[in-house]
Amino acid sequence: MDPAFITPFIASIQNVFSTMMQLPVTMGTPNIKMTSATTYDVSGIIGMSGDVTGNVVLSFPKSTATRVVQLLTGTEFAADSADFADAIGELTNMVAGGAKGMFQGKKKVSISTPSVVIGAGHTVARPREVPVICIPCQTDCGELIIEVAVQASAVPAAQAA
Amino acid sequence: MKILLVDDSKTMRNIQKSVLAQLGHTTVEEACDGQDALSKVGAFQPDLILVDWNMPNMDGLTFVKHFRQTNKNTPLIMVTTESEKSRVIEAIKAGVNNYVIKPFTPDLLSQRIGETMSKVKAAA
Repeated sequence: MDPAFITPFIASIQNVFSTMMQLPVTMGTPNIKMTSATTYDVSGIIGMSGDVTGNVVLSFPKSTATRVVQLLTGTEFAADSADFADAIGELTNMVAGGAKGMFQGKKKVSISTPSVVIGAGHTVARPREVPVICIPCQTDCGELIIEVAVQASAVPAAQAA
Repeated sequence: MKILLVDDSKTMRNIQKSVLAQLGHTTVEEACDGQDALSKVGAFQPDLILVDWNMPNMDGLTFVKHFRQTNKNTPLIMVTTESEKSRVIEAIKAGVNNYVIKPFTPDLLSQRIGETMSKVKAAA
């Protein structure tokens, strides 16, 4: 995968967490994952289409997600509540939206509205030929991982339209 | 001042409501997408609208285009993750008065609201 698709996600999550929650994020070393199972139990998922296609998952242990949601909203929500899922979805939306704005070369990319899945051992369907790059993140609320499975489209969106 | 918040995320609407409350604005109506907003503007008659871009059913840009067909004056601020210059230009051409990129600080949002309302008053 082109590293130009990885660094925007690192910059974006640090910007989103520091701006919205005053929460610094320390990045670990990215690695490649071969399975479709998500790393942790709470997933915020965004699809990308246009000049870049694929999806991005913010994968949280439930304990980290609970603390982050409390910090963002000021309220402690149960992990099975709609408000909890909404907050994880909005964080994912801001991270993915911020990253796409930093893609090089004026790429035309659209993002989906976020989906949130909660449960142990769930999987996320991803493009088969695209490796999943896992970017570990450490915060004072606990760890989480950004799972990036995106690639440049064979036909740029401007030509396909 | 009556303010309409249009965002599919309740979390984001609550964050914006909190900033507005700090500025003394408590007459706030909420809409969860462009269609919902169009159904509420007539009765609520907002003095300011904050609208997200990416929403289900009807996105914010489509809402702005529909709204501006009948209302040229009510100020609109787009509050969105869409940060590309081409998107900002597209939104301004559609009729938004100001633009805030998520994530934002409370200070930035209040500054943009102040700027927007000052320009509207100066033009009146």
